Amino acid sequence: MEMFLKITLGVVLVMMIWRMWPAAKHWMENGPKGTGSDWKTFILIIAAVVGFVVLMVMSVRN
Amino acid sequence: MNPNYAAVSRPRLSALEANKVLKNTYLLLSATLAFSAVMAMVSMALNMPPMAYMISLIAAMVLGMFVLPKAARSSAGIGVVFLITGLLGFGLGSILEIYLAMPNGTQIVATALGGTGIIFLGLSGYALTSKKDFSFLGGFLFAGMMVVVLAIIASLFVQIPALSLTISAAVIMLMSGFILFDTSRIINGGETNYIMATYGIFLSIFNIFISLLQILGITSND
Repeated sequence: MEMFLKITLGVVLVMMIWRMWPAAKHWMENGPKGTGSDWKTFILIIAAVVGFVVLMVMSVRN
Repeated sequence: MNPNYAAVSRPRLSALEANKVLKNTYLLLSATLAFSAVMAMVSMALNMPPMAYMISLIAAMVLGMFVLPKAARSSAGIGVVFLITGLLGFGLGSILEIYLAMPNGTQIVATALGGTGIIFLGLSGYALTSKKDFSFLGGFLFAGMMVVVLAIIASLFVQIPALSLTISAAVIMLMSGFILFDTSRIINGGETNYIMATYGIFLSIFNIFISLLQILGITSND
């Protein structure tokens, strides 16, 4: 039963990629390109999220 | 993980209309989050087995891909979004039971819940106050999402803790990006349907919570 569910979930995930592809292709080809400053802001935000997750891991381990 | 983002550009909305979409999105998001939490409690009360998570996830994904995009154009979409989020909450209940059975399970679940809330409020708050356009993230987020989905498919059949940990970390970073992207699309008029907007943000919050649970569960001493 568990293997059957895993295979079904795998098939659904493949369908998801198939459904996502047109939007993904559109955004990759025609989406606006960010400036260096845009990407710097994004990297700083993600670094803050990663730092916060590390703090949470440390709080649970102690 | 919302595969229903429009592949064609839509006409931009006025600030007033964009504010209306934003208000409706947050109202529906609050209601669906509360409903999902109630369904998780129901699932825990019924002692559902772990496979309930996979069954609910499959049903919710099928509804999200094939029913919601059409239903979201009418008020029936609200019922469908409640059905999807209720299913996800119901499946989550069986996973929470496993974590709560761990010696420090309560701390792990509480930390993941609080952490998810802080990450969402922080990112959404930043996108709202800065009014920055994060649509430049679209290509990067979609490409990243496709790679992660392929890795998730592999992890279904190959049980490697390091792979699960890597996927969870990547999902948190990508979903954080999606929260910025989705919120900025609403305020800049790129998303006109509050039902689809709610679905996208709900999925980001749900995925961050599940991934945090996994990371905290794997890295905790117990």
